[in-house]
Amino acid sequence: MSNGSILPLRLADVSFAVGGRPLIDRVSLEIGAGPSTIILGANGAGKSVLMRLMHGLLSPTSGRIDWNAPERQGAPRKQAMVFQRPVMLRRSAYANVAYALKLAGIREPQRGVLVHESLESVGLLHLARRPARVLSGGEQQRLALARAWALHPEVLFLDEPTASLDPGAAREIESVIKAFDAAGTKVVMATHNLGQARRLGDEILFLDQGRLVERASVGEFFSKPQSVQAAAFIKGELPWA
Amino acid sequence: MSEALSTALALLIGLDAKLIDIVLLSLRVSLSAVAIAALLGLPLGAAIAVSRFRGRQTVIVLLNALMGLPPVVVGLLVYLLLSRAGPLGALGILFTPSAMVLAQAILILPIIAALSRQAIEDAWREYEEQLRSLGARRMNAALTLLWDTRFSLLTTILAGFGRAAAEVGAVMIVGGNIDGVTRVMTTTIALETSKGDLPLALGLGMILIAIVIAVNAAAYLTKELAQRRYG
Repeated sequence: MSNGSILPLRLADVSFAVGGRPLIDRVSLEIGAGPSTIILGANGAGKSVLMRLMHGLLSPTSGRIDWNAPERQGAPRKQAMVFQRPVMLRRSAYANVAYALKLAGIREPQRGVLVHESLESVGLLHLARRPARVLSGGEQQRLALARAWALHPEVLFLDEPTASLDPGAAREIESVIKAFDAAGTKVVMATHNLGQARRLGDEILFLDQGRLVERASVGEFFSKPQSVQAAAFIKGELPWA
Repeated sequence: MSEALSTALALLIGLDAKLIDIVLLSLRVSLSAVAIAALLGLPLGAAIAVSRFRGRQTVIVLLNALMGLPPVVVGLLVYLLLSRAGPLGALGILFTPSAMVLAQAILILPIIAALSRQAIEDAWREYEEQLRSLGARRMNAALTLLWDTRFSLLTTILAGFGRAAAEVGAVMIVGGNIDGVTRVMTTTIALETSKGDLPLALGLGMILIAIVIAVNAAAYLTKELAQRRYG
């Protein structure tokens, strides 16, 4: 593909070890544009680590990670990530989004237009002038999504974005993620919440102890899981999903 | 003690012109030194906080150790530097307030750099993934962190001011305690004590402490208000 897209993303035999203990163990896969991908697994299965490797926050101990169009150092990133706990700067909600755009090299007046638009899309325009750190957890996470939205990334990584939120706030976050998906952004999300995986996912990557055990469409994965581990995980998790 | 108190009050109420000159010179020298040290020390602390290089730990240990730099030693070094035969002798600023500013700035630079390094490194741990995810380079991140830790850095700067306002050794050596020219509160206190005028010395000491408390209270209130506002 030479259309300038950074996708597909290819991982070849990727391992990541800390102190000799493999957290990610020889994972190979290709992630293309289109349907949203859910990385599913128990706590400690390696979901967050795998995403940080993909996003470039960690470097693999061995193996290769290749984007279709490699990122140039210093060029604006075409991928964004939203973390479980949003990190906001000590400035207004507006300025937090503007900061990300400034780093991406987007100048005024376009910057202001994008900030406005993205705050509106997550329903935070009325709080634009409020200092970001005094917003509620759910509002901060929506702001984190707005910050990602403003950058119009090709790929959006989400690391358990609703894990520390109450159900109401989690629903709002999910609807924003759906809007991302509808707008054509490739969503890659880690979760251990089966209900959320069903609501937001098209395909599942199931991790167990750092290994990619199963890859299937959402329908297939939940109706007839191929691996013992996945079957056990679905059975064990369902009552709380 | 009560005599000292009444002397201090009398000095204050009388608004003794000479006393006011001494207080103002003290503030001018120490605040200038703090400004210079902050201008250099804060970026230095931030740069060390976010960078990785060989010998970084050694630099941090040295910087922390320099916080305990004895004022008389700094005074002596600056004296040698500025004396007529010294490398900066041509400036001709020995025994002027400028020399005192220079000596105090050198004295507190390590304090501001070391304490801000710690504060910014703690913040970096929290922000690193997010800032790198957004594509911030290290030096860019350092500037962002400087601004984001501004309230805790205020305390760092205060620590520097406290040290500068309280020291006597450095300003005594490079200033010479010349009446009306380089005489500040601490050198006056030392002089009056040696002359045996203890009430005057104590009175001045009380005024010095009151000034330091007032500056700290103002900074603390600013910090509290700002932190409540920005979280």
